[in-house]
Amino acid sequence: MNMTLRELGVGRSGRVLQVGGERVLRHRLLEMGITPRTVITVKKIAPMGDPVELFLRGYSLTLRLADANNITVEEIAEDTSGNQERGAAA
Amino acid sequence: MIIALAGNPNSGKTTLFNQVTGSHRRVGNFPGVTVEQKTGDIAGHKGVSIVDMPGIYSLTSYSSDEIISRDFLLKQKPDAIINIVDATNIERNLYLTMQLIELQIPMVLALNMMDEVQANNGSIDTMLLRHTLGITVVPISAKNKQGLAELIELTMHAAQHKTKPQRIDFCSADATHRAIHAITHLIEDHALKQEIPARFAATKLVEGDEKILKQLDLSKHEEETIEHAVTEMVAHLGTDREAAIVDMRYHFIEETCRASVVKAKESREYRRSVSIDNILTHKFLAIPVFFGIMFSIFWMTFEVFGNRLSDALMWCMEHLGEWLGGTLEEFGLNPAIHSLIMDGAYEGVSAVLGFLPFIVILFLFLSLLEDSGYMARVAFVMDKLLRKIGLSGRSIVPMLMGFGCTVPAIMSARTLASERDKKMTVLLTPFMSCGAKVPVYVLFIAAFFAEHQALVMMSLYLTGVLLAVLSGLVMSRTVFRGAPVPFVLEMPNYRFPSAKTVLLLMWDRGRDFVQRAFTFILVATVIIWFLQYFDVRLNPVEDIADSMLAYLGRLLAPIFAPLGLGDWRISTALVTGFSAKEVVVSTLAVLTGAGEETLTEAIQALFTPLAAFSFLIFTLLYTPCVAAVATFKRELGSFKGMLLVVIYQTVVAWLAAFCVYRAGIMLGL
Repeated sequence: MNMTLRELGVGRSGRVLQVGGERVLRHRLLEMGITPRTVITVKKIAPMGDPVELFLRGYSLTLRLADANNITVEEIAEDTSGNQERGAAA
Repeated sequence: MIIALAGNPNSGKTTLFNQVTGSHRRVGNFPGVTVEQKTGDIAGHKGVSIVDMPGIYSLTSYSSDEIISRDFLLKQKPDAIINIVDATNIERNLYLTMQLIELQIPMVLALNMMDEVQANNGSIDTMLLRHTLGITVVPISAKNKQGLAELIELTMHAAQHKTKPQRIDFCSADATHRAIHAITHLIEDHALKQEIPARFAATKLVEGDEKILKQLDLSKHEEETIEHAVTEMVAHLGTDREAAIVDMRYHFIEETCRASVVKAKESREYRRSVSIDNILTHKFLAIPVFFGIMFSIFWMTFEVFGNRLSDALMWCMEHLGEWLGGTLEEFGLNPAIHSLIMDGAYEGVSAVLGFLPFIVILFLFLSLLEDSGYMARVAFVMDKLLRKIGLSGRSIVPMLMGFGCTVPAIMSARTLASERDKKMTVLLTPFMSCGAKVPVYVLFIAAFFAEHQALVMMSLYLTGVLLAVLSGLVMSRTVFRGAPVPFVLEMPNYRFPSAKTVLLLMWDRGRDFVQRAFTFILVATVIIWFLQYFDVRLNPVEDIADSMLAYLGRLLAPIFAPLGLGDWRISTALVTGFSAKEVVVSTLAVLTGAGEETLTEAIQALFTPLAAFSFLIFTLLYTPCVAAVATFKRELGSFKGMLLVVIYQTVVAWLAAFCVYRAGIMLGL
């Protein structure tokens, strides 16, 4: 099912379909490795509910929810990123 | 020979820099900006210096760090680049490598943290990587000093033989390939003239980099041809220009890593970080823990160590001063010159030294936070709160430290990621009531508000915070409007900070403050001394009431009259407060002719309770002391910026005190 990264939820993983948003931000997201077909796991949401911590390409990255909203993903069942901390903070 | 050290943030760049440089290190600024440039001579190799670039992820023209790095590499033309790469996070780190290669400067790839990769049963085929990328690859561990001699040796070899990267073509898709090649060909002459590597310029043009486009100075026709080539590529790929280039690079990186990298399944360091974060970024624990850590740092810096060291230092300076003063007097020095040396210059030197312990100790703790990786968590946890006033999470640290001393607090804003956040944080931090204002508060609160001491004290601190928030809201909608730099922040694994890096940072910051603030503070104290010592006809005065300073105070008094502070002694005290806030108290004592016991009565005669509160509000908010102002100049990088801060603070202070006073009168207080 297609959804935005924001909707994906903690501990779940998705494969990037599309990266949108304002030009500078979008370029930065792409450069940080959020390119189509990349697998991203949502690790944690900050205590105040924003931003969100992600895991991709072997490292952790944080994004604001508003920006995560511009990333469309399809959820994938198994966690291929090697991240075992499912829902640790949920 | 100049070697540029480039790499992503958190790649171990600073550690490597500190390990390879000898004792000869210089800290300066990159031309025209407040971004710090560290240069050092490589130990054991005379005449070979290494320049530490800002940590960057790419060479676009979106952030000041990237533009600076790009300009440095293109214009200063270093003899070689060492590109340091975090081997545990090689995919994303190689993204910058691909762009550095296009610059066609002799380059060596330093694969840092190889010990960590191997300890987690991962491996990297460096020979294959070297072959694929066309540059020398050296596995190192900067922390453990492994492979560093070889790295320097091979870098110098590449520089001496001007060995350019062997490969620049990383295209996979035909359409991108066609566009880049067509454009490279088209702009070659222009690029040569501007001394920009053609290949680098071409990929930047495909990406739509306006800065490069302007630099190349193309004809209308050429620009159209480029646009045409890009449009064709975009139509063919079904994506856009930025994505086309990013895709090309990551596609190549993925292929390369598939062939030469065996990834560690899940590293020990990562697992450790996750379990630490189970507490430090925990839903309920994160915020209390953060404030706990900040409070401990604050307490240790300003109470436990800083104050004692500062007091001890001041004690020494006082006794040395007594001795020096006595000696000069015996020598029969002219009293005016004697006073200039002792009350002017020597006071200034003491003032500068008094700040040093706070700076050095605060930076000890801050560099522990930064190097361990906790600062990134602070940004993560506090972001939502700070975003409301147009800042990002990391700015909370300088602002909290501002309650101790503004000087080190604004110095600590230097590591903020964006120029905009840096400036705004520097502007807002002085609203946090600093420790030097406490003696003023204590005196006045005891004299006028004995029954509501805690309440008045709190209201002062809260007024400061409130005005910082209001200023933040206004600034982020006016002066600092425009897209804030995107908040895309890496969370590195927690690491144990290296003692060498921490100590060197303390040393650098301390030295930086002394070097840059010294002249400024010295000049300011001498000016204030001059105003105090002479009258308007330049005769030395007996009574400070006859001095130029008092004259100035009388001139300024009408400005303060609407605040209920029309007496010239008050305005004079406020003027002297510019040298240091606690001086306000001693000036009032001198001008009212009161001793320590009678001071309370003296100020009770001088102020009504409402005027006293108005005075406290003004003292809280008006221009910070000369040491802080000198630091403003350093951090904002301009005299004009500094002046604007001083004026802004003072105007806000006047308005706030005015409102308080007038509201009080209307309420019949």
